[in-house]
Amino acid sequence: MQPKPRFLSVLDIVSVILLAVATYLALVYAPTEKVMGEVQRVFYFHVAAAWVGLLGFVAAGVTGIIYLRTQNLKWDIIEQAAVEISLVFFFIAIVLGSIWARPIWNTWWTWDPRLTTAAIVEMIYLAYLMLRQGIEDPDRRARFGAVYTLVGAVSVPITFLSIRLFRTIHPVVIGSASAAAEGGFNMTSGMKTAFFFALFAFTVIFADLFWNRIRLGYLAQRVEQLKLKVMQ
Amino acid sequence: MIEVRKLVKRFGLKTVLRGMDFHVEPGEFVALIGPNGAGKTTFLRILASLARPSMGEVQIAGFQLPAQAAAVRRRLGVVSHQPLLYADLTAEENLTFYARMYGLHNIEKRIAAVLEMIGLTNRRRDLVRTYSRGMQQRLAIGRAVLHDPEVMLFDEPYTGLDQDASAMLDDVLRTVAARGRTVVMTSHDLARAEDLATRFDVLSRGVIAASATHEDLGKDNLLSFYKKALAGS
Amino acid sequence: MSKPQITDPGLSTAETPAAADQRPATNYLRAIGAVAWKDLAAELRSRELLSAMLVFALLVILIFNFALELDVKTRTSVTAGVLWVTFAFAGTLGLNRSMAIEKDRGCLDGLLLAPVDRSAIYFGKVISNLVFMLIVEIIVLPAYSVLYNTNLFQPGLMGVILLGSVGYTAVGTLLSTMSVQARTRDVLLPILLFPVVLPILIAAVKASSGFLQGAEMTAIMPWLNLLIGYDVIFTAIAFMVFDYVVEE
Repeated sequence: MQPKPRFLSVLDIVSVILLAVATYLALVYAPTEKVMGEVQRVFYFHVAAAWVGLLGFVAAGVTGIIYLRTQNLKWDIIEQAAVEISLVFFFIAIVLGSIWARPIWNTWWTWDPRLTTAAIVEMIYLAYLMLRQGIEDPDRRARFGAVYTLVGAVSVPITFLSIRLFRTIHPVVIGSASAAAEGGFNMTSGMKTAFFFALFAFTVIFADLFWNRIRLGYLAQRVEQLKLKVMQ
Repeated sequence: MIEVRKLVKRFGLKTVLRGMDFHVEPGEFVALIGPNGAGKTTFLRILASLARPSMGEVQIAGFQLPAQAAAVRRRLGVVSHQPLLYADLTAEENLTFYARMYGLHNIEKRIAAVLEMIGLTNRRRDLVRTYSRGMQQRLAIGRAVLHDPEVMLFDEPYTGLDQDASAMLDDVLRTVAARGRTVVMTSHDLARAEDLATRFDVLSRGVIAASATHEDLGKDNLLSFYKKALAGS
Repeated sequence: MSKPQITDPGLSTAETPAAADQRPATNYLRAIGAVAWKDLAAELRSRELLSAMLVFALLVILIFNFALELDVKTRTSVTAGVLWVTFAFAGTLGLNRSMAIEKDRGCLDGLLLAPVDRSAIYFGKVISNLVFMLIVEIIVLPAYSVLYNTNLFQPGLMGVILLGSVGYTAVGTLLSTMSVQARTRDVLLPILLFPVVLPILIAAVKASSGFLQGAEMTAIMPWLNLLIGYDVIFTAIAFMVFDYVVEE
């Protein structure tokens, strides 16, 4: 068995430190927003989590295509890792978004295009996991998974577009239509620091988790291999 | 007619065929025998172009698989233990459908001839769901020979047939083989295999463990040859 | 038991191994037609699939009647939504059944053995699934019109229904080919299908209610464009990846 790469261990530690610093910047360093108050601080991690979810989503679609072209199970492991990370981070983003929405829009949930699309991505990825669970043959499982992520990757932008179109024609989702009511605000320089640092920190965390998950996938595969060897 | 070199088939991490070599001359009738899970069905599915080889070379009638799959499929008739027939269509309609899929001309004449051969002319207008297992299997063979294939693959064709139906199937199989077709058949029924085939290959642990013709067997019967082959592999 | 006189005449007496090398190539369109034809012929006889879809569709409308209190006022605004939910639900029933027939008796293998590009099988199945869906829709529309005393027979609405059904069956046929090969196949299709077919449902509902409420063409056009775009994109994707969901 190959030992854990040194660089990965370093990255683990760096990720934890970055997360701590980002938390400090978001909760303490950044100035309190005038209209929305303290709850606006959720925004930094909310956007960062959604950003990671999006990274995972794109990675899953791309690796799905690469898998179909190469038929190499390595890409299936990577695709699955991307899907799982995307699933978790979109979930975090949705929860944080709801926490933000409650006091600002006076509702836990709004059918905002971004929020709704994130929820649909969650549905697609849950369906993806259920599809995989129902198939024994690893090659077929990988092929079906790749086809489905590809279909999902193409349909989600269209869904986003159609929900957006839906809203522009029917603009009655949230109270008044002014920018402030929709939760828009101008960022001060302190906020910008916290915001961009959170984005950076989460990107590093994404890379770290992605790598760890891929490594886990390989190890799981190795366990299967050894099991087969023992059985024969 | 069939040329297989160093064929490997993996399902994920599980290796089913391990560098298998297999060769069939035109007109040979090869019975492929072996224990459950030896890879017989997998191998036939690869020959039928339904599964892709993981490694190795497969050539049928001079065409490579999977690259020239369409050319191979045109020359290939397959009968499996499933009938591959539509229950809500009549025998005639089933054959018409497959004839179109194979791009045949003079469909009606050809179907009439095939129905005659498998002895189902009287029942050609009946739904397949009303057929007995034996009749379905005969129709399945009719479906497989419709396009006059040079190579035929039979995967456990006797599964679920009673004595009469099996005897009937014997006749049909002989007729099919008698036209100089190349046949590969997997079977658990050693007596039937011994009766029909000209050569016997034992597939064990993903390779051909032993091969013998009637002459090689001599006074030995197929069962003892089979047991020896398995013990040796 | 009398044995039949067994002879196998072959394709033609003149055929020699050399002549066999020029075997006829299957016509792509003819193969598509053959697949669609055998589905329709079988269904015409058993009517299993259509009757199940129809009864289900009518039940859904019945349930909506009580769930939404479809009185005259609310009716105009929700009619399009009720119709498309009905079509979507009944559609999964048909898609599931149509693919299960192929899988259960090994017929899918029979199709794959034919010397024709696999996408011909896909397009054949799309056509028959589409016809089933359109038949159900054509029966549901007058039923709904009678039950709720509204006229649904408008050319615009027909166009929307056609466009929406094309996209729905294009994706549905691809996904049902995967779902029937899974262990959990009875429950899997709607779960796979609905989240990715959402743009179709959104656009179809908006366009349908646009036509029903007499909206201007400029308001409806974006939705029609979306439907057409979706249909084209997903038919192309399914065409490209269908091989991967049927091969081994």
